[in-house]
Amino acid sequence: MITLKNIHRNFQVGDQLVHALDDVNLTISAGEYLSIMGPSGSGKSTLLNLLGLLDRPSAGSYHLNGRDVTSLSDIEQAQVRNQEIGFVFQMFHLVPRLTAAENVELPLILAGIEPAQRHAQVEAVMQELHISDRSHHKPDQLSGGQRQRVAIARATINQPKILLADEPTGNLDRKSGQDVIHLLEDLNRRGITLIMVTHDAEIGQRAQRQLHMMDGAITHEQSA
Amino acid sequence: MRDLIHFCWGALRGFPSRTLLMLLAMSIGVSSVIILTSLGEGARRYVINEFASLGTNLLIIFPGRSETAGINPSTMMGETPRDLTLGDAQALTRHRNVRRIAPINVGSADVSHGSRSREVVILGASHELLALRHWELSQGRFLPKGDLDRATPVTVIGSKIRDELFGAKQALGEWLRIGDRRFRVIGILASEGRSIGVDVQETVIIPVASAQQMFNTSSLFRILIEVKSREAMEPVKQFVIDTLQHRHQGEKDITAITQDAVLATFDRILSALTYAVGGIAAISLAVAGILIMNVMLVAVSQRTSEIGLLKALGATPNQIITLILTEAVMLSALGATLGVALGELGSLLIRNAFPDIPAYAPGWAIITAVSVALITGLLFSLLPARQAARLDPVQALLKH
Repeated sequence: MITLKNIHRNFQVGDQLVHALDDVNLTISAGEYLSIMGPSGSGKSTLLNLLGLLDRPSAGSYHLNGRDVTSLSDIEQAQVRNQEIGFVFQMFHLVPRLTAAENVELPLILAGIEPAQRHAQVEAVMQELHISDRSHHKPDQLSGGQRQRVAIARATINQPKILLADEPTGNLDRKSGQDVIHLLEDLNRRGITLIMVTHDAEIGQRAQRQLHMMDGAITHEQSA
Repeated sequence: MRDLIHFCWGALRGFPSRTLLMLLAMSIGVSSVIILTSLGEGARRYVINEFASLGTNLLIIFPGRSETAGINPSTMMGETPRDLTLGDAQALTRHRNVRRIAPINVGSADVSHGSRSREVVILGASHELLALRHWELSQGRFLPKGDLDRATPVTVIGSKIRDELFGAKQALGEWLRIGDRRFRVIGILASEGRSIGVDVQETVIIPVASAQQMFNTSSLFRILIEVKSREAMEPVKQFVIDTLQHRHQGEKDITAITQDAVLATFDRILSALTYAVGGIAAISLAVAGILIMNVMLVAVSQRTSEIGLLKALGATPNQIITLILTEAVMLSALGATLGVALGELGSLLIRNAFPDIPAYAPGWAIITAVSVALITGLLFSLLPARQAARLDPVQALLKH
């Protein structure tokens, strides 16, 4: 499903060239549960952004479902992000002035779906994630766990094949963190490819496949 | 489309102080265009109405030759090669299309009654002048009909002169000393306002022959002719020129102007003035446009994380641009609407304060102001919109 070949990503910081990703090769099959671990600055977030088409590699090729996505135009990449990839962020990134339901609705609006159908879809997803009673609350009226649920609802509303989670529990207490992890794993069991970046070894070890990164390269891989 | 408007409306409401500031700038721009042009337009209509109140189909004759089509400096100077006389005026009554004719003489003299006295502009006139100028009397009657040559010692005075010289006492029938002669007051004018530079309230009118004696002259200042119809203006004008040329030994030494010519000149001047003030006010609209640009730039940087998020959720660069532009256009549209309301309120206040001036903003000014507001709003937010579209989503999402 995902094939990365000789991926490099360099940043120019002052007069120094930083290799955030240094010759990364990776193949991920559909339905996998993968965690990426490593200290900060090891390149794990850069890798995730690259997988999510938020960033382009300096060199190398990225095939998604057999298609070379690095050569796509901005508009095509936006469509891929909208339809095939869901993001869950550490900071939730909910729009503060919109209600929970409106936040969940955003990807559908961007995809140009009719209001009636949108509302039905939003309602269904929120029910599934047990937050339908919070649909008219603004993000600042929700707890951290609830916020992350809203964010997950938003990430999955277009039924993407890949869910990318960047430290999804980083801003949550232990209890709601575990809830969120269980929710994500549940989605994975139903077929979504889950790729999660974390520096929490305990959470990372739950994944069937665990990548360890250091200085922009994958150092070793473990399987549960 | 509805989603877009809904989303942008939410964004505008999310930053109320910014939105209010923008609305203020835009509405001040639009309303100043409307108020200033309504003032200019009001002044233009005021002048036109004043001319119309002189009487329609008016032909004005004065001594001194110039091109007859309009006004130029020499007509204003009125250098006189040959006098315009009462005989000339009488000769002009012969044309069948002449309804009324009023010879006028002007001078200034001391007017006194008892111990009170003041200097007044004296108008030498005839019976016809009242109807020709559409004046009205509050008391008594106007100058008597009859021979223009007869210097009857009677006078009609303006209401202010009456107040100043007679106070609360009865003026009608009293004697008034004008210069070194005595006149009996036979009428008091009711009309207010100005007519070609003469304040009706401060006028003393005496028979034209009396004025000629008093100022020791045989010449007239003007001859006013009211023509029966608009179509007859040109023939009558030609008749006047021909007749007076004949009477003046073949010299074309008078000027005949129609009211249309005067009106057209004033109309041109005041229209230009209206355009000018409108243009000056439009500058404030451009300033409002620049303000919109700055505020939208700030808005973009304030909302980098939101824009980055939208990109991560699959917004295309065009969608982002549309979003920012819609927001800007909504702002300008709201501001323009507010500005039109404010402007109309302003011109209403002007009309209340100066009832004489019909200060209505012309339609073109409103349309131009609103469309300039929308266009500047759109143009000046292109730059911030493109900046938002180019935003790197990774950087935008990190910054939080």
